[in-house]
Amino acid sequence: MRASWRRGLIGTAAFTALLELLPRTGLVDPGYLPTASTIAGALAGELSREAFWSALLDTVRGWATGLGVAIVTGVAVGVVVGVVPGLRALTASTVEFLRPIPSVALIPLAVLMFGTSMESTLMLIVYASFWQVLVQVLDGVRDIDPVTHETARSYGFGVFTRIRVVVWPTALPHVMTGMRLAATVALVLAITGELVIGSPGLGRQIALAQSAGAVETMYGLVVVAGLFGVVVNLSIRAAERRALRWHVSVRRENAV
Amino acid sequence: MRFIRSIAIVTILPAGLVTAWWFVSLGSDNFFWPPLRDILGTVPSTWLEGRLQADVGPSLLRLAVGYLLALLIGVPTGLAIGLSTPLRQYCEPVFEFLRSIPPPVLVPVIILFAGIGDTMKVVVIAFGCVWPILLNSVEGARAIDEVLHDTTRIYRLSPVSRFRHLLLRGASPHIVTGARQALSIAVILVVISEMFAASNGLGFTIVQFQRSFAIPQMWSGILLLGAIGVTLAFVFRLVENRVLAWYFGLRRKQ
Repeated sequence: MRASWRRGLIGTAAFTALLELLPRTGLVDPGYLPTASTIAGALAGELSREAFWSALLDTVRGWATGLGVAIVTGVAVGVVVGVVPGLRALTASTVEFLRPIPSVALIPLAVLMFGTSMESTLMLIVYASFWQVLVQVLDGVRDIDPVTHETARSYGFGVFTRIRVVVWPTALPHVMTGMRLAATVALVLAITGELVIGSPGLGRQIALAQSAGAVETMYGLVVVAGLFGVVVNLSIRAAERRALRWHVSVRRENAV
Repeated sequence: MRFIRSIAIVTILPAGLVTAWWFVSLGSDNFFWPPLRDILGTVPSTWLEGRLQADVGPSLLRLAVGYLLALLIGVPTGLAIGLSTPLRQYCEPVFEFLRSIPPPVLVPVIILFAGIGDTMKVVVIAFGCVWPILLNSVEGARAIDEVLHDTTRIYRLSPVSRFRHLLLRGASPHIVTGARQALSIAVILVVISEMFAASNGLGFTIVQFQRSFAIPQMWSGILLLGAIGVTLAFVFRLVENRVLAWYFGLRRKQ
């Protein structure tokens, strides 16, 4: 474990050094790729600007709202479709058809409906992450052990109790996977929406920095976007382990 | 009878939805939600008279080149890294960071290096797609059974056939998962890069329709883009079923 940490640090340091040296030695034009230290300097400058923080806040808010809506609707629709007999077969072809439609296809529609406000980005986020959650929930509900299900029925459990004690725990690992995928997709779409549509947020700041020729600032903001992604990934994984600490897969990992 | 039943189950909801859209929108005079009849009516004049070659063709070509490039770089690199634990540990945090960067952000960055031509779009697609492929290849190489490794060594398989029959085969379920994620990223990126800066392509054309308020044409573009996404997913499924036939068969047996 210690060795892996040390190697990770060495790898990161080497990568940073490479970013510093490539432009410094002239192998890459510094006008295209500024040195790591210049990027860090520009980033530090950004951190003291209010516009940066409000942009970051806008992105976080859009991301969280869109993700929340997608998770709630995805889980609700998924459980209903999975539990009601026959509904899954009936909707399968429609889900399979709607899911691969690229969310960016909706950008022009979103712009027409909501202009450059946050709602247009929100629409993209919800559409893209909803399918991630829904498909996983459907998979999870299908995973239910028929014997457990029959047992619950023989004991005369009502529909809601059955959903609570049989369906939900079985589906939860899949739901968490869906959330993890959806969180990443939601971030991509949040930044995309801001970048292309121009709704307020980090993505728009990046586009502004690019058109203003502020290359260091642009790289600094890209780094922030990446770090945001890392934080999202790590925290979702931590949440997953916590929510599933009773589950065999996590218990086995902890035991080793 | 059973066959007819299953066909009916598959088609009834989509058919119902399209019919509902057709009839609900029939009398629509809302500017943004034109009747489906008008949208479909504009399809021949909008797309079939030259745009299919002039715009859809280049988009698909960029997509294909970028995606193949990502596969060619991502799979061997990922497998190599997956074979060596120290190498993986050195690279892990950097990869974790690079793959967390939302790929569309690369568009303004790569414009700096490559201008706004086709190179930029291909590089953006390749760079965005390479991460899921690479990281899944790493996982795939790690997941291969130790015993199989030793067996191939004892039988003195040549490095080339070990790569082909052990590494590539053994990691292919993971690689396919990565390739599927990468495909949807590729579609997003080709459209985004064309919306950002282009003179042709699907993304460019659709935004052009939107800006000139050619609403039925814009809708037809959205539908076409959706159809391309669905078709690509379908083709991918066919390839997957072929490449992973051994794997699905194995799982059914278990």
